[in-house]
Amino acid sequence: MKELLEQIRQKARQELAAAEDSKGLEELRVRYLGKKGELTAILKQMGALSAEERPVIGQLANQIRAEIETELKEADAHIRQHMLEKKLASETIDVTLPGTPCPTGKEHPLSLVLNEVEDIFIGMGFSIAEGPEVETDYYNFEALNLPKDHPARDTQDTFYITENVLLRTQTSPVQVRVMEKQKPPIRIIAPGRVYRSDAVDATHSPLFHQIEGLVVDKGVTMADLKGTLEIFIKRLYGEDSVVRFRPHHFPFTEPSAEMDIQCFNCHGAGCPVCKGEGWIEILGCGMVHPKVLANCNIDPEEYSGFAFGIGLERIVMRRFAINDLRLLYENDLRFLDQF
Amino acid sequence: MDLSLRWLGDYVDTGVTPKQFCDAMTMSGSKVECYSEEADYITNCVVGRIINIEKHPDADKLQVCQVDVGDRSVQIVTAATNVFEGALVPVALDNSTLANGVKIKKGKLRGVVSEGMMCSVAELGVTVHDFPYAIEDGIMIIEECCKPGDNIRDALGINDTTVEFEITSNRPDCLSVIGLAREAAATFDKELHLPQPKVQHEAGDIHDLLSVEVKNPNLCRRYVARMVKDIKIAPSPRWMRERLRASGVRPINNLVDITNYVMLEYGQPMHAFDYKYLKGGKIVVRNAAEGESITTLDGVERKLTPDMLVICDEEKPSCVAGVMGGEYSGIQDDTNTVVFESANFLGSSVRITAKKLGMRTESSGRFEKGLDSRMCMDAVNRACQLVEMLGAGEVVGGYIDIDNANEAPVTVDFCPEWINRFLGIDISEEKMISILEKIGYKVENGVITVPSFRAGDTRHKADIAEEIARFYGYDVIPNTAVTGAAQGGLTAEQKFEKRLGELLRANGCYEIETYSFISPKYYDKINLPEDSELRRSVVITNPLGEDTSVMRTTCVPSMLEVIARNYNNRNLAGRLYEMGKVYLPKETPDILPDERAVAVVGTFGDKEDFFALKGILNEAFEKLGVLGVEYSALRTDPAFHPGRCAEITVGEKKIGVIGEISPAVLENYGIGTRAYVASVDIADIFANRIIDKKFKPTPRFPASTRDLAIICDDEIPAASLEKAIRAGAGKILEKVELFDVYKGASVAPGKKSVAYSMTLRAPDRTLTVEECDRAVAKVLKELEKLGAKLRA
Repeated sequence: MKELLEQIRQKARQELAAAEDSKGLEELRVRYLGKKGELTAILKQMGALSAEERPVIGQLANQIRAEIETELKEADAHIRQHMLEKKLASETIDVTLPGTPCPTGKEHPLSLVLNEVEDIFIGMGFSIAEGPEVETDYYNFEALNLPKDHPARDTQDTFYITENVLLRTQTSPVQVRVMEKQKPPIRIIAPGRVYRSDAVDATHSPLFHQIEGLVVDKGVTMADLKGTLEIFIKRLYGEDSVVRFRPHHFPFTEPSAEMDIQCFNCHGAGCPVCKGEGWIEILGCGMVHPKVLANCNIDPEEYSGFAFGIGLERIVMRRFAINDLRLLYENDLRFLDQF
Repeated sequence: MDLSLRWLGDYVDTGVTPKQFCDAMTMSGSKVECYSEEADYITNCVVGRIINIEKHPDADKLQVCQVDVGDRSVQIVTAATNVFEGALVPVALDNSTLANGVKIKKGKLRGVVSEGMMCSVAELGVTVHDFPYAIEDGIMIIEECCKPGDNIRDALGINDTTVEFEITSNRPDCLSVIGLAREAAATFDKELHLPQPKVQHEAGDIHDLLSVEVKNPNLCRRYVARMVKDIKIAPSPRWMRERLRASGVRPINNLVDITNYVMLEYGQPMHAFDYKYLKGGKIVVRNAAEGESITTLDGVERKLTPDMLVICDEEKPSCVAGVMGGEYSGIQDDTNTVVFESANFLGSSVRITAKKLGMRTESSGRFEKGLDSRMCMDAVNRACQLVEMLGAGEVVGGYIDIDNANEAPVTVDFCPEWINRFLGIDISEEKMISILEKIGYKVENGVITVPSFRAGDTRHKADIAEEIARFYGYDVIPNTAVTGAAQGGLTAEQKFEKRLGELLRANGCYEIETYSFISPKYYDKINLPEDSELRRSVVITNPLGEDTSVMRTTCVPSMLEVIARNYNNRNLAGRLYEMGKVYLPKETPDILPDERAVAVVGTFGDKEDFFALKGILNEAFEKLGVLGVEYSALRTDPAFHPGRCAEITVGEKKIGVIGEISPAVLENYGIGTRAYVASVDIADIFANRIIDKKFKPTPRFPASTRDLAIICDDEIPAASLEKAIRAGAGKILEKVELFDVYKGASVAPGKKSVAYSMTLRAPDRTLTVEECDRAVAKVLKELEKLGAKLRA
């Protein structure tokens, strides 16, 4: 009987090692350990053994059963592992194939840059003001110290609706509207569309965007104007940007200035990008003219302020090296997708 | 304004290089555009003296010249016939460059070596106007004082530096050499030496020859006249020609050159009348009569209107004041006696006249900026002084001066502390006074007297602050940021609009920017009915063209234009949106229109449909907290497919429209694929958003679902069925979802089968079967009111 058990042990070992899948294993388990299995059959014959043999054989039989059980478990684990590997191998994909599109749209480059500018000024405590694009002569010109016969009016090629209603040529009328409604302290920017009768070409458009800025409070100085705009430019173009302010003339600011940024291409030496000047004009600014404050019922003896105006298209075109203004208003998807 | 640095040097010695000059002038307020060296294209070109001329051995028309060029002599073969031994000529040596990029190299002409070229005036890039003694065709025979080997640019004086200034409109005084010299002297802190116009010898009395009458003193603030007789027309001297040429003015003859010279020097436009054409020896300054006309110097007859100021003799106009002279008013070859006019005309009047006549001249451009009436006398005396210097005639004694300006000097209080505070600097009172005095201001007893040439734009202490800042240096003023806390940030509506954009982009829409003005034909293109209120637009009276002539009342055409452009560019599908504005006119154009912000979404291409667009909107509405949005069929908007268009409402308020573009409109635009457009008013949806969102506990009790398949008339909109279901099921209805619509074989014609899945739940208990059954029964009852029955 002992030999028989040893035979079972050997056979089971061989067969288990040869088993290929879970189904084969189950068959083996039934064959050896099941109620009608080989080992059980032998144990059933134990009664025929002598009292001395019985515990020995019994112990051996149990040992073999335990062994087979363990081996079954191991074989099962092995087979599962093997199956998993096979499955995973069969599921291998080309990870370099393109992803499934989940398309989202994009902001227009004008909005993209405008949002950046807005963020910078909001960070400095500014709000965003709005005003009408169809505007009165008063707000667009007169309140800004540009009376009816002022020669500067000719340079602004205005679109007129009636004698007194026009398409605003600048965002500056928003300054006046804000100052009329709100008492200082005032800290706003006013982005928006402006209109001038310029024929369309690579650098001109009858419609473009400006960003007006206005700060009015007690004790606002020209040094504040310079400092604030320098912060703005450094945040927009980088900390290493160099700016300069030079005298200029606007009827609604005094003193007035234009701010140039040192040419990013030649760093001031002069090159074709800056037309040899070393500097690129970036915005106009100045201290709000006392007459303009007075026009808005703000006492120029008590308050002072500064204002500035930035051309958005110019900044956008420089940022993305766009060489033709018309592209911004053509809205070709292949263009819009680049930003 | 082109400034000759040589001319400037007559009045101020800055002692700096042109580059330093330009940089410093820009920073003190006179913006330099660029500067250029005159004739800098000429290289390796010298004065030569012809020592010997022989005939070319093999060519009849060529001559072989030996030319002394200073350190050696060179052999040059020429075809010119005007050369002679002893003549001084410009010689372009081997490897030299001339005007128009011409390069000269040593070579052989018919076998004879030629080591360079003798030049004509044209080859040097100048004209016989610049060198009146030279001839047009032939070698330039130099009559200047120079010797062989001299650099030709120096010898001929074509070596000036011209600086181009961009002068702002408030500084007409800087459109003159003297004005810029004054600025330069202050910028570089140097002495300023101005000319002292004085005539040495006068003959006779102007009053015996001429009378002047100014009939409109408002438009002619000052009129000064002097006369010169026994005119000898001749070329002007070299120094004058050089200065004019470098200033961009072509020398003509001594008299004309003098008037131009004085205009450039002082900024005062002058006119010289030929006395013999002044009938009656009279000058009358008056408004043009109705129907009057004048033939101007350029030979064009121009109709005058009574608002225009003209200079007349006793009969007719001979000059449009400050704009242009008449045909016979100017200097002719036979002119014997001239009247110099140095006048001050009102800027706005000159501007309007020049604009009306369509001729903006050097003179009108200066007058319209507003000139200083006080320089009239200096300018006319300077002209007479130059006549005398040039020997161009004899100055008649005396002058006629009709001065209606009568302006008291402008004064401004001197407030040094205020200026320091305003600029954010700290400089002494003495320093400020020294700056002001350098540019012509006088400071006495705390009062600043503004020089007459600055009276036009210096009225306030802020103007004085600018003068201080300019010469103190804008760049020296410190940079400080504004101080104090401020409550900045976006308003709720601005945030809402930005979020709306984000949500549209999240669904694949690209933002576009289109013009706010459109062509009225755009309304035809979207088949807008003739009587539509939207056809009434804000109209631009002076548009660039019809395409941009009215302010849009709808953004739909702009969107379709962009879709069409993309489609034509082979972008066959896409999603777009614009945050645009429409301009809705009021009763009269004198009242500003209602400008409303709208969000317009456009989709096109094979994969798009009505419901995809509706889904984009609903997603945005839901995330923005805009509830209660309803869609109802709209069959009357001709831009859209009559069966695929809806009005969008919230409550009673119409907030927008959505639909498939009608095939006819697609054809108008040449769009070859289906397109869908929605437009919603942003302020309206903003007004209907939920402001307070409150937390609701997540459900703890299970839900029951019941599916309903119902049969109803085909026309009944799903929205009505859904409304009935909501009404019937009441509070315990958590969700109702449509999952099938079927029309076909097993459903009677004109009917449809619609299937809904209802989710029922109570927050505080598990619903019983009976409760659910009751709810379903009520739903069916509500549906029955619409004629809808449970499908058998």
